[in-house]
Amino acid sequence: MLIIKNGDYESLRRHGEETYPFECCGALLGRFRDGHRVVEDVIRCNNTRADRPQDRYNIDLKELLAIQRQADERGLEIVGFYHSHPDHPAQWSQTDFAEAHWLSCSYVITAVEKGSAALTNSFVLAGSSEEDKRLEPEAVTVLSLEESKSQCR
Amino acid sequence: MSLRINIPAPLRRYTEGQGLVEVSGNSVGSALASLVELHPSLRSQLYTDEGRLRAFVNVYLNDEDVRFLEKMETTVKADDVISIVPSIAGGCLQP
Repeated sequence: MLIIKNGDYESLRRHGEETYPFECCGALLGRFRDGHRVVEDVIRCNNTRADRPQDRYNIDLKELLAIQRQADERGLEIVGFYHSHPDHPAQWSQTDFAEAHWLSCSYVITAVEKGSAALTNSFVLAGSSEEDKRLEPEAVTVLSLEESKSQCR
Repeated sequence: MSLRINIPAPLRRYTEGQGLVEVSGNSVGSALASLVELHPSLRSQLYTDEGRLRAFVNVYLNDEDVRFLEKMETTVKADDVISIVPSIAGGCLQP
């Protein structure tokens, strides 16, 4: 399961609207807890696929390295990534699958229809290696502000 | 010479949860070999059966991608930090 605060959830969905008709992308920082991914922060990234941003995304490795360092400094981990599918379903594509290498992490996809965020789905990259990896649907629990506070206690 | 390798979250299950592993070596390649010697189950995560680094596994020495240095032959010094960074990309259309 992916557990995320409402503000963070809305932020990643809005990101897809802001970059429409291009794909947005970003990282999810948080903790792995009891087999779930608990998001503490959403980091927006630049989509470096300038050649075809309408149907591809890529996060620059230096940006990713900086995010990894930031996570370490804050005692967090990269627990997932998100991106948008402009005018396409919130379902992973073969391209998403081929380029997914962060085992145990969440891959969140928001369909953006004519500029408005529609369905958001999350998939966890299950398996133990590149050879047996698979993207499996996972539940998303969006916490209200009150629920977020009680999680911190 | 000892230096550290920064392990990304998905691979920490193979390093007993450690995010930073101290290794020995004089080059990036020998440091990675030292890492795999300490944690053998990492080998198949980082390398193909033919012994080549997997295409999506990127290696940084401090702030530099080693592909733009001397690759695995890049010399390292004490207190350097090597980071392993799996790539992240995708897109809504099929290839």
